[in-house]
Order: sequence, then structure tokens, then C-alpha cells
Amino acid sequence: MNTFGEAALESARLILGLDRQLLGIVGLSLEVSIAAAIFASLIGLPVGALIAVQKFPGRRLIVVTLNAFMGLPPVVVGLVVYLLLSRAGPLGDLGILFTPAAMILAQTVLVLPIIAALTRQAIEDAWREYEEQLRSLGVTPGHAALTLLWDCRFSLLTAILAGFGRAIAEVGAVMMVGGNIDSVTRVMTTAIALETSKGDLPLALGLGAILLLLVLALNALVLTIRDFAERRYG
Amino acid sequence: MVTRFLLLVALLSCQTQATGQQPFIVVASTTSTEQSGLFKHLLPAFEKLAGMQVRVVALGTGQALDMARRGDADVAFVHDTELELKFIADGHAVGRRDVMYNDFVLIGPKSDPARIAGGKDIVEGLKRVAESKAAFVSRGDRSGTHATELRLWGLSAVDPQSGKGGWYRETGAGMGPALNTASAMNAYILADRGTWISFRNRGESIIVVESDKRLFNQYGVMLVNPARHAHVKAELGNRFINWLVSAEGQKSIAAYSIEGQQLFFPNAAPGR
Amino acid sequence: MNGILPLRLEGVCFCAAGRTLLGAIDAQFSAGQRSVILGPNGAGKSLLLRICHGLIAPSAGRVLWAGEGRQAMVFQRPVMLRRSVLRNITYALSLAGVSRVEREARAMAALERVGLAALAQRAARVLSGGEQQRLALARAWALAPQVLFLDEPTANLDPGATRQIEVVIDEFHAAGTKIIMTTHNLGQARRMGDEILFIHHGLVAERAPVTQFFDAPASSEAQSFIKGEMPW
Repeated sequence: MNTFGEAALESARLILGLDRQLLGIVGLSLEVSIAAAIFASLIGLPVGALIAVQKFPGRRLIVVTLNAFMGLPPVVVGLVVYLLLSRAGPLGDLGILFTPAAMILAQTVLVLPIIAALTRQAIEDAWREYEEQLRSLGVTPGHAALTLLWDCRFSLLTAILAGFGRAIAEVGAVMMVGGNIDSVTRVMTTAIALETSKGDLPLALGLGAILLLLVLALNALVLTIRDFAERRYG
Repeated sequence: MVTRFLLLVALLSCQTQATGQQPFIVVASTTSTEQSGLFKHLLPAFEKLAGMQVRVVALGTGQALDMARRGDADVAFVHDTELELKFIADGHAVGRRDVMYNDFVLIGPKSDPARIAGGKDIVEGLKRVAESKAAFVSRGDRSGTHATELRLWGLSAVDPQSGKGGWYRETGAGMGPALNTASAMNAYILADRGTWISFRNRGESIIVVESDKRLFNQYGVMLVNPARHAHVKAELGNRFINWLVSAEGQKSIAAYSIEGQQLFFPNAAPGR
Repeated sequence: MNGILPLRLEGVCFCAAGRTLLGAIDAQFSAGQRSVILGPNGAGKSLLLRICHGLIAPSAGRVLWAGEGRQAMVFQRPVMLRRSVLRNITYALSLAGVSRVEREARAMAALERVGLAALAQRAARVLSGGEQQRLALARAWALAPQVLFLDEPTANLDPGATRQIEVVIDEFHAAGTKIIMTTHNLGQARRMGDEILFIHHGLVAERAPVTQFFDAPASSEAQSFIKGEMPW
């Protein structure tokens, strides 16, 4: 028995069959992880940019912490968010545990340090080049952060993509706060974990292959846009 | 650009709400009921009939009861009667009903180093596993299966902790992952029959001991105590519980089979 | 033109890592004359320019302007934003507080002045080095500064592009903008300067009108500097 061969057949069957349930799972995966990447970007991009252009006491400590938090273990994030959202926890009254909203929240927390830290690095490099010119024009730190965010928009796509990649690939956090509920909070990674539990390794691997293809396609798309734009804007 | 973001966010929240519009309950249950496919078989019929959604979070029995204790579920559907009765006595849940049973089986490699294949005495079987120091995989996760396994070791007068680091291997994983591990290690393992029947990655593993009445595995269902947790959907939860123990629910449980083998045997006490 | 000038430096020093790189310098820059700062590599020319412009704070001493007014600086390597030629200028104007309705017209006028009007919609970063430096000058032009600092503005350019830049600098001068620039090119110093400040080891070694400086330098440092570097 060749598991990899079976997996290839299985994923082909899943893709060609356009199984409705599979579409739902893929759709939820994308929805949750894209939303998390967007929310984390809304916070992480400006925060990262401000840390890059602003000098203040304790800055080094924040930079080091941010870099360290890029490696936050998903289960730990999942556990913390679970305890927060649990009925017995401080945010229990929201009643969003075991819903996609909880999964988005957990992945946002997971991905935020990645996007903020990579943004900080990219903007700081650009700031070195731009600083004198922009200060000569009379820019304030806040305005400089905005200007650089826009000017580095193509390289920042990579930071956002890194965050998204982390989100869509993780299983620990969504499993914990989503509960892997069929048709409600089941995403690609938790489905893979479940099929592995059931010993259906070909199906699990097949789902994994689809996840990989999806992430690959999205990366290719974004990088193509980036290359095109960079050639155009220099 | 920013407006586009906000639009998307708004869209997402709409969608999230849309799925939340249908009434639903959250059921804390065990991996054995989920992974054996029982819920996939049972729920569609009930959901259609009752016009409500049943959201199952599958964990080990211990974790599932923890979740219920925190108020994160409306109904608990688990299989460790001793623990369940204590849970009720502590006031965390009410109205426990027996639903169904199946049994545990001892799984082992075809090579059978402990020489126990075909046996009907689980206590004797476990003793021989310990004596031969053949590899044994334990769930080690406070699940119902784990609790049963520990009780059986007690009956065999073997302290498995003495084999820790050697032949006794605790994985801290659900039934499926533990079976994967056992199959890969050619180890013995205690499993519930439902998960075993639906398990596909058996490798060289077979049933070595079964049909001992001490391997009986009772499932019970109960409502998380609404007096403790005001948000518990008592009415919807009871509707589900009542259906499970109704003639119709029991029939549906009995009808679930894989490859011609019935996985669970309904045994709710009639008419209460 | 009354306003920002004269600029007075009082005992300006700059130290870094225990070394004195500049000063103490006392100097005054008045309106009208084009001041060219000369000196060997590492003498502190660029540093002096940045301290005057306010990009770097002096370690000691004071930089005193006579009043409020606009100043601009053009760097050796122009820094352009990833947007169109036109938007690079309107960006600077918005930072300077120019109202939205005025920006575009002023930017276009500045581009015409440097001969880049036809490229207004092009991406600024894909222009040639000479074009980018002219754009930097247009950006400064749009701001209508009373003082323009230029830090070796043609160091990376070929003779043709250098000539174009010098023409624009002349136009600034003609429009009444005070020019303070550094250069390594002695021919350029002769062409563009009215007076020369010769900096050596962080100090003003000599300050003289341009013909006097080149024909009869008073300091021995200036004499050897001109000899060593004047093949033309």
C-alpha cells in the first residue's frame, strides 16, 4: 500500500468532485485566516511603522519582544484566548467561543507579532534611506510612518503574506477555540488532524495537498502583483 | 483601500451572524462518538426535525466535562459513568440519562508477543502484557477510555507506572492518534469498539481480547446545570437529550453500522 | 529680502564618539551671495550643511536664524517616493502646508522650470539619476525657499546632467534664493560661487570671494588644496 499514491488520488478526487463540504471547509479556512491577516495588518502595520521611525525609551525591549513573539506557539495562544472567551472567563459574556469569530481573534493574536515585526524591519530599512529627505521636508513621525507604509507597500505584502501563511497553516489555536465543529468551525488544518485521528491517512494527506496548493496559488498571485508593481514604480 | 478593508470586515461579520441565526446548542462529547462517525449519522435527522443545530466539540471525557464545568457547553455526552455521577453530585449538570453502550476491546499486533490472542479475560490479558513487558500504548489523557484502562490495571493488580519509560507508553492523545501510535509501534492498546471499527490505519493490529463484561462501555448524556450557568440553553438541550433517549433516537443509534457491524447499542431506560 | 537671513553660527561644535568633527565655528551667511563650501574629504562640509539646515543638532553652540522662513535641501543622492513625479512634489507641498487647490499648479510650474513637465505622470523612481536630481530641485523650487542647501548635488552625474543642474541653481539665485552648497568640483566652485568657505579639520580655514580664493589663497591649507586638486 502506497499512502502517497492514495493521497494523490484522493486529493484529485476531492478537487474534481468539488465536494460541497470540502468547499465549505476551504472557504472557512480562507475566511478565517484572511480576516485574521487583515485585522492583524490593521494593527500591526501602523504599530510596526511607528516603532521603526520613532525613538523612545524601551524601544529596544519592544523590538526584541516583538521578534520573540513571532514564534508564539499556537496552542498557547489558543489556550489563552480559550480562557478569555470561556463562559467562566472575562470575555465569556460575548458568547463567541466555538465560533469563527473566536478563531479569527486567536489567529489575529498569533499573527500580529509577525506582521508588526516584519513591518518594523522593512520600514526601518526604508527610514534609513528616507529619513534626512523627509525630515528636511518637515515630516512628523506619524506622517513619516504613513508615508513609508505607502512607499513600502509592495514589500509589506510579503509581511502580510507571512502572517496569512502562519494563520492558515496552524492547527493548535483554531482547534482549541473553534472546537473543530462540523460545518461550523472545521477548517483545513483541523479536518486534517481529524482524518489523521481516524486513521484515514490518504484523505488527510489529500486535504494537506489541497491546502498547500491553495497557499501556493495565493503566494504566486501576490508575488506576481508585487513584481509587476515594483517594475512599474521602481 | 481602507474602505475596502472595512467593507470586507463588515461582510465577514454578516456571514458570521448568518450562521448564528439558526438556534443551536453546543455538545461537549468524546472523540469516540465523533471519530466513529456516529454524530454524522445521527445529527442530520434530528437537526431537520427540531429545526436547530447541534455543534459537537469532541474531546476526551475528562476535558469534555471540564468544558461543561466552565459553562462552555449546553449538553455533555460522555462515557465514564462513575465520573458522570460525581459530576452530577457536584451540581455541575442535571438529568443524566443512559443512552447507549458499546464495549472496549484490547488491540494488539498479529505477532502477539504476550500470547493472549483469542482471550475472553481482560484482567488475565493485561497481566500477561505486563509480565512479557510487551509495548502498551495508553491514552493518558483523562478520557473515559483512559479511566477504564486504569480501573482494569487496578483489577489486574499491576501498577503500569512501573513500566513507564519502558513498555508502558502514555501518549496524551485522542483515541485515533493513540491507535495510530500503537499500530506504528506494534503495541497493545485498549480502544472502544466504535472507533476501532471505523479506524482505517490498522496495519498489523487486530483484536486480541473482547467480550469480557468488564469491558462494558456505557454512554450517558446530561444537561449542564442552568442554575450554575444562566446562559445554558436548557430548553434546546433537553429537546436533544429527549430525542436521544426516545424510541426514534434509539432506533437511529442502532441503525448505525460500518461494514455490517453495529457500533453502538441503545439502552436508554424507557419512558421516564 | 528680509526674513530668515542672516543665518548666524555661534561656536558651533559637533563631537561623536569622543572625537571633535567640527568646530568651534563662528560664521554668518547673509542674503544674496552664493556661498560654496570647499574642503577635503572628511573636513566636515556635509556635517556643517546638515547642522545649518537643522537635520543634526550641534553638540555645542547655536544656530540662529533671523526670522521665520522656508529653507530646503538637495542631497547628493536624491530620495524619491514610490509615486509619480508630480505626486512627489505635491507631497512636499502638503507637508509645507500649501492648500490642496494650489499644490498641483505649483508643482507643474516647478516641473516646467526644470524641464520635467512631460514626465509628470511617470514613476519618480524609474527616472535617470540626472532627472531625479532635477526633480529634487523642482521639489525644492515648488517650496519657494529663502535658503537652498545643496550637498554635492552633481557628484554622481555626467557633465551634461551637471550642466543642467547648474542652470537650475542659477535660476534659484536669480529668483533671490540664498544658495549654500558644497562641492568637490573646483570648476563648479568657480562657476557657481560668489564666496568660498574653505573647511579644514572641522574649522573654517579661509573665507574669501571666489576670485581671490583661487588666485591668491591666504592660508597654506587652501594653497595646497587648490594645487593638489586643480588639473583644469
